[in-house]
Amino acid sequence: MSNKLLLEIVTPDHKVLSQDVDYVGAPGALGEFGVLPSHIPFLSALGIGNLYYKDDGHTHYVFVSGGFAEVTPDKVIVLAEAAEKAADIDIERARHAQERAQQRLARAQEKVDYARAQAALRRSIARLNCRNSGEKAGTC
Amino acid sequence: MASLRDVQTKIGAVKKTKQITKAMNMVASAKLRNAQSRIERFKPYAKKFDEMLGDLASGADESVHPLLAKREQKKTIGIVVVTSDRGLCGSFNANIIKESLKLARAKKAEGLDVKFFCVGKRGRDAIVKSGFEVVVQYRDVMAHFDFSLASKLGNELINGFLDGTLDEVVLCYGEFVNMIKQLPVMQEILPISREAKAEVVAGSGKDYIYEPSVEGLLAELLPRYVKVQVYRGMLDTSASEHAARMTSMENATHSCNDLINSLTLLYNKTRQAAITTDLMDIVSGAEALKG
Repeated sequence: MSNKLLLEIVTPDHKVLSQDVDYVGAPGALGEFGVLPSHIPFLSALGIGNLYYKDDGHTHYVFVSGGFAEVTPDKVIVLAEAAEKAADIDIERARHAQERAQQRLARAQEKVDYARAQAALRRSIARLNCRNSGEKAGTC
Repeated sequence: MASLRDVQTKIGAVKKTKQITKAMNMVASAKLRNAQSRIERFKPYAKKFDEMLGDLASGADESVHPLLAKREQKKTIGIVVVTSDRGLCGSFNANIIKESLKLARAKKAEGLDVKFFCVGKRGRDAIVKSGFEVVVQYRDVMAHFDFSLASKLGNELINGFLDGTLDEVVLCYGEFVNMIKQLPVMQEILPISREAKAEVVAGSGKDYIYEPSVEGLLAELLPRYVKVQVYRGMLDTSASEHAARMTSMENATHSCNDLINSLTLLYNKTRQAAITTDLMDIVSGAEALKG
């Protein structure tokens, strides 16, 4: 299977995914990058956002935050602090988190609180986006 | 001599205690299985993480990142103590507390300020009692914690280290060696030491493209390394706690059995003695009547 990539996503709590795929698109720290089989060895920090992979013509979405990706010619390994498949995302929770973060942003005085609230907001928005994309692609 | 009724009540009481210790043993073994499987699930992440850091750190030296820099002039040391929230697990918590207090006293004798970061109620209570300063405490968390807790604590440590309120951080937890052996372990987590790096340096030796850059990636990875260490300590302590409780509850159940046996013996002896005295009375009464 030289024309497939093994995609592995692991978090400290469990292994989210381990699957052969055709293509991986990931939210790198310096912008999105795509990986096809036989990619050159590559190590990148990941931002908050959606990682997606294509398998048998379907596009699947996975939310990742606080992670790293290690790319070798036949493998993509993602280490993330949090990762959820689109189908596993709790929309209600994400919406609540978004509202909470917005309220906190409006109130926040200190720099630290502000940064934290902003990160929480970005995570909640990315989760919602991820779910939407997944639903559009019909994979969750 | 104890009356028959007294002995019977006592047997009943010990039997009930035995039921409780037996139940606690079973609960602990179920929880231990859970904790062990969490460690198993964490392993792939930790292994990959070490490899990645190894690839990066092999070329880096102390000046690359402030978290790697050892300080010549030390003023304050932070000790992170990870214990359980509940007792009844033998000497498990006591061992961890003893070791960390020993370290604290040694450092105090060297003229350093000691600050404690406590995870788990047992450790926190003992350390407050001993009079040392507890800066941060997380109580009643060991039953269900996840990486975000380790992350929160890790951030506090890192911030303290970077703004100079901490010059060194030591993590103290109960390492899960096996079912019957749990050891209190001390580990220096800040500054990230050369030895820790040497451990992970055996990377794959591939030529990678780095994005954003080696320094940029290290700046992301090193703080996370601290959190991974803290998380590992919490997972180990949690598994050790349940293993220790299992063993001590099993011992307690055995002791209950012994106690029940000896009490039953006492009960039978007392009963027999009573019957003998009764018989004696009847026989001697009958003899007296015969004249």
